[in-house]
Amino acid sequence: MTKLLQTLVDSIAVGSLYGLIALGYTMVYGILQFINFAHSDVFMVGAWLSFLVAVRIGGQTATVEPSVAKALLVLLTAMVCCGALGFTIERLAYRPLRQAPRLNVLITAIGVSLFIENLGQLKWLFGAMPQPMPRLLPDRPLFALAGVNVNLLDVIVVGTAAVLMLLLNWIVFGTKLGRGMRAVSYSPPTAALMGVPVSRIISFTFVIGSCAAAAAGFLYATKYITLQQPAHETWIRLGLKAFVAAVVGGIGNIRGAMLGGLLIGLIEFFGAAYLSPNLRDVYVFAVLILVLLFRPAGILGRATVEKV
Amino acid sequence: MALLEIRDLHVHYGAIHALQGIDLIIEAGQIVTLIGANGAGKSTTLRTISGLLRPSAGTLAYDGQSLIGQPPHEIVRRGVAHAPEGRGIFANFTVAENLAIGAYARRDKGGIARDLEWALTLFPRLRERLTQSAATLSGGEQQMLAIGRALLARPRLLLLDEPSLGLAPQVVQTIFQIIRAINAAGTTILLVEQNAHMALQTAHYGYVLEVGRIALHATAAELAASDRVRRAYLGVA
Ligand SMILES: Nc1ncnc2c1ncn2[C@@H]1O[C@H](COP(=O)(O)OP(=O)(O)O)[C@@H](O)[C@H]1O
Ligand SMILES: [Mg+2]
Repeated sequence: MTKLLQTLVDSIAVGSLYGLIALGYTMVYGILQFINFAHSDVFMVGAWLSFLVAVRIGGQTATVEPSVAKALLVLLTAMVCCGALGFTIERLAYRPLRQAPRLNVLITAIGVSLFIENLGQLKWLFGAMPQPMPRLLPDRPLFALAGVNVNLLDVIVVGTAAVLMLLLNWIVFGTKLGRGMRAVSYSPPTAALMGVPVSRIISFTFVIGSCAAAAAGFLYATKYITLQQPAHETWIRLGLKAFVAAVVGGIGNIRGAMLGGLLIGLIEFFGAAYLSPNLRDVYVFAVLILVLLFRPAGILGRATVEKV
Repeated sequence: MALLEIRDLHVHYGAIHALQGIDLIIEAGQIVTLIGANGAGKSTTLRTISGLLRPSAGTLAYDGQSLIGQPPHEIVRRGVAHAPEGRGIFANFTVAENLAIGAYARRDKGGIARDLEWALTLFPRLRERLTQSAATLSGGEQQMLAIGRALLARPRLLLLDEPSLGLAPQVVQTIFQIIRAINAAGTTILLVEQNAHMALQTAHYGYVLEVGRIALHATAAELAASDRVRRAYLGVA
C-alpha cells in the first residue's frame, strides 16, 4: 500500500511535467503539422536559466533561503526568456520554410536542437558540467498518508503544472486568441480569410509552448536538483517521453497532451516499481507502439478525416 | 470611382499561368458575376483579391488603394470578405463559433452583435443550431453559415465562390434570394458561379472567364441574351 501510494505520488509529479512539455509539441504540431525537435532543448534551457537566475539572486546552494517570491521570480524569468527563444526559433529557422516540404523543416529542427545543445555548453552560458540547483522552495513532508510522505515540493510541482495547464486550456478554448489558434490549426488559409493574422498566431503558439516548457524546466530543476550538461541524454530522453505523451494523448490535442503526460508518468513509474526499474523507458515506448497500433490518432485524437 | 479595379492581372502557380492578364471592374452597390467553366481561374481571381495569392503582374485597387502585398487579415479588415469554394466551415467549431470568427478582425462589440443578429435574421436555420457542431449541418446550412460568417466581417465587398455548388435547386433559390437581400442592404458582391443561369438572373453585370482570360463582359441581361453565352454556359443549342 505504501509503495503503491508512493509510486502514485511520484508518477503524478513527473507526469505533470511531461504534460507541460507535451503541450508545446502538440500545439506546434496542431498548427504546422511538424514535430519541433528543438522543443526539448527549450525545456533544457528553461531548467538551466532557472539555475543561472537562482544562483544570481541567491548565491550558492546552501545560502539561499527558500522563498516563494524568489522562486516566482526565477520561474517568470525562465518563462519570459524561453518565450523569446521560442519566438526567435520560429522566426529565424521555421518561418522561412513555411512553404517548404515538411522533411526540410524537420531537419532544420534537428539542426536548431544541436545548435542550442552546443551553444549551451559554452563556458559563458551554461557550461559543460553538471550543476546543483539552489533550493528555492522548501522541501519538507507536508502530510503523511498511509505512511507515505507527501512532500510540499511535490504539491508545488503538481500545483504549478496544473495551474499552467488550466491557464492554457482557458487561452485555447476560452479566448478569442485561442479561437484564432484553433482556426489556424484547422486550416490556415481559411483562418486568414476570417481575418485571423496567421503568422502572429503561429508566433504566439511557439511563445506559449516555450513558456510551458520553461516552467517544466524550472519545476524539474527544483525537484531533481542535479542539472546535467546541456547536451546530456537525460534532456533528450525527457523530451522524447513528453513527445510520446503528446502522441499517446492524440497529437494536436491539448487536453490529450495533459492526459498523455499523466499516463506516461504512471506507466513509467509503476513499471519501474512493480516490474523492473531497468526497463522504465521500454514501458513508455511499448505504450507508444500499442497506441500507434490500436488507436493511431491517440486517446483523445480524432481520426483525421474530418478536414473538408 | 469603382470599388474594385483590376488591371492586367497575372497569377502563376509555379509554371502554370492561371490568370493571363484580366481586367475587371466592380462598381459599388452592384452584384457582379464571374462565370466560366471549371478550371477557368475564377477561384484564383478571388484568392488573389483576398490576398491568399500574390499576382506576378498587374494592379488590384480596392477603394482606390492597392491590395497587392497586403496580408489576408488586413484585406478583411479593410472590408473584403470571402466565402471560399467548398464553404471552408470549421468543423471543429460550433455554429456560433464559426460565426464569431468571421468578426475576428473587428473590435466594435455593439456592431458585431448587430451584424450577428442580421445574419441570424437572414438565416433563421442557423439560429436554431447555434450551439451545434458545424459538422452536423447539411450542405445548404453550411453554405448559409459560410455566407453568414462572411457578413460578420461587415464587408463592403463580399466575394462568394460557387455558393450553389452541390445544393438542391430549392436551396439554391433560397441562397440566391438572400444574396439579393444582402446586396439590397448595401453590400457589393462579386459572385463566382458555374451556375450561369442563376448568376445572370441575379447579377447586374457579368464577366466570362475562359482559361485565364476575360472572354466577354457586359450587363447580365446582355450576356444572358448573347449567343455565345447561351451556347457555352446556358446549355441552349
Ligand atoms: N493550388 C494550385 N496549384 C496549381 N495549380 C492550380 C492550383 N489551384 C488552381 N490551379 C490551376 O489553376 C487553374 C485555375 O483554377 P481555379 O482558379 O481553381 O479555377 P475555377 O475556380 O475557375 O474552377 C486551373 O488550371 C487549375 O488547375
Ligand atoms: Mg473554383
